[in-house]
Amino acid sequence: MALRSVSRKSLSLGQAVGHVRGLQSFSLPELPYDYGALEPVISGEIMKLHHQKHHQTYITNYNKALEQLDQALAKADSSSIVQLQSAIKFNGGGHINHSIFWKNLAPIRGGGGEPPKASLGWAIDTQFGSLEALIQRVNAEGAALQGSGWVWLALDKELKKLSVQTTANQDPLVTKGSALVPLFGIDVWEHAYYLQYKNVKADYLKNIWKVINWKYVSEVYEKENP
Amino acid sequence: MAFRPLLSRTLGLTQTLTHSHTQTQLRGLQTFSLPDLSYDYGALEPAISGEIMQLHHQKHHQAYITNYNKALEQLEDAVAKGDSSSVVKLQSAIKFNGGGHINHSIFWKNLTPVSEGGGEPPHGSLGWAIDTHFGSMEALVQKISAEGAALQGSGWVWLGLDKESKKLVVDTTANQDPLVTKGANLVPLLGIDVWEHAYYLQYKNVRPDYLKNIWKVINWKYASQVYEKECP
Repeated sequence: MALRSVSRKSLSLGQAVGHVRGLQSFSLPELPYDYGALEPVISGEIMKLHHQKHHQTYITNYNKALEQLDQALAKADSSSIVQLQSAIKFNGGGHINHSIFWKNLAPIRGGGGEPPKASLGWAIDTQFGSLEALIQRVNAEGAALQGSGWVWLALDKELKKLSVQTTANQDPLVTKGSALVPLFGIDVWEHAYYLQYKNVKADYLKNIWKVINWKYVSEVYEKENP
Repeated sequence: MAFRPLLSRTLGLTQTLTHSHTQTQLRGLQTFSLPDLSYDYGALEPAISGEIMQLHHQKHHQAYITNYNKALEQLEDAVAKGDSSSVVKLQSAIKFNGGGHINHSIFWKNLTPVSEGGGEPPHGSLGWAIDTHFGSMEALVQKISAEGAALQGSGWVWLGLDKESKKLVVDTTANQDPLVTKGANLVPLLGIDVWEHAYYLQYKNVRPDYLKNIWKVINWKYASQVYEKECP
């Protein structure tokens, strides 16, 4: 799963029940492309800030919150344990979401924008009518999202149904349904587009499809639907 | 109240709210329009860039007003038809866009160029109330800046007055929720927009720097006026 590739075990020992022995600390995953490789769709300036500042900050704060959680668990300090959940959800969610996001994007010469074929392409046509219809839907929901959040193409792994979902702030898709697997997510926080698109979120949404990595999205889909 | 100067009367009447509307319809529907700033876009530099001020005012605030007017029109239709489903569905758009209009209208008045007194601490009763409730002006500034920096996602940080208890409070609201959603007795004295659009072009991800610098252009004279009106 996405998390495994982004954790670096600080100790190689097993865990004790009751507190988080051998606490993982997470680190910034590398992008599989240069910062400028998604231009002109997403500027290199945005990609660099988004990766090195925003994502890194979520990781730093996530690690800090987990350390504080470790201490609170050791002391059985329930008040702190509960209080920390907000920071864990926000920063852990930020780490989860952005780790998925970087893999959802690919340079055009790396296949970015090439529509999905095979089983995912078929599922999209069946459930949405066409890829264009799906795109319209995702764009509409992304544009209408109030405040900060994400818009997702989701697979319900039990019902085997695709759906378009949104989440607020850094809530991961699973907060909308425990059976939901994110196929791709589009960050619609202002930091994801503002330097380039200013207030025109709709233009960012219109253009991002040119660099969506449908190959990766299909892989995730096929793993759940072999 | 804040609303009166923000309405442009669609009919040339002297009274806006009492003339030609019945109990069950919104006859003579108000349309709201973008209030002018009382300073140039560049006048708050270097605390807030002219580029940000122009986009923030002409694009963001204007969009809230446009969408607010649209939602109110749709509300009028739905009320006239007795279509409760639509009436209820529209509340999200009304809260978001109406809130955006309310909040930004306050925000422009909360700011003023240094040459016009921006940053000058409040004297009189508000200054005294701040010292009493928070210990000092510095303590209040720290508190607001910390709460603004810690806000998850988009929202506002406020200095409010509980007009019943006459107590000052620091509070935050999410997205475009007005302060009153945190307490019916809360009157906004000062609001700071911490949506990324309010600072990103200049401060990028470093929201704390924006919060550190904005105090240089805060219009405490206006905040004092609002305070003194509730606490004469």
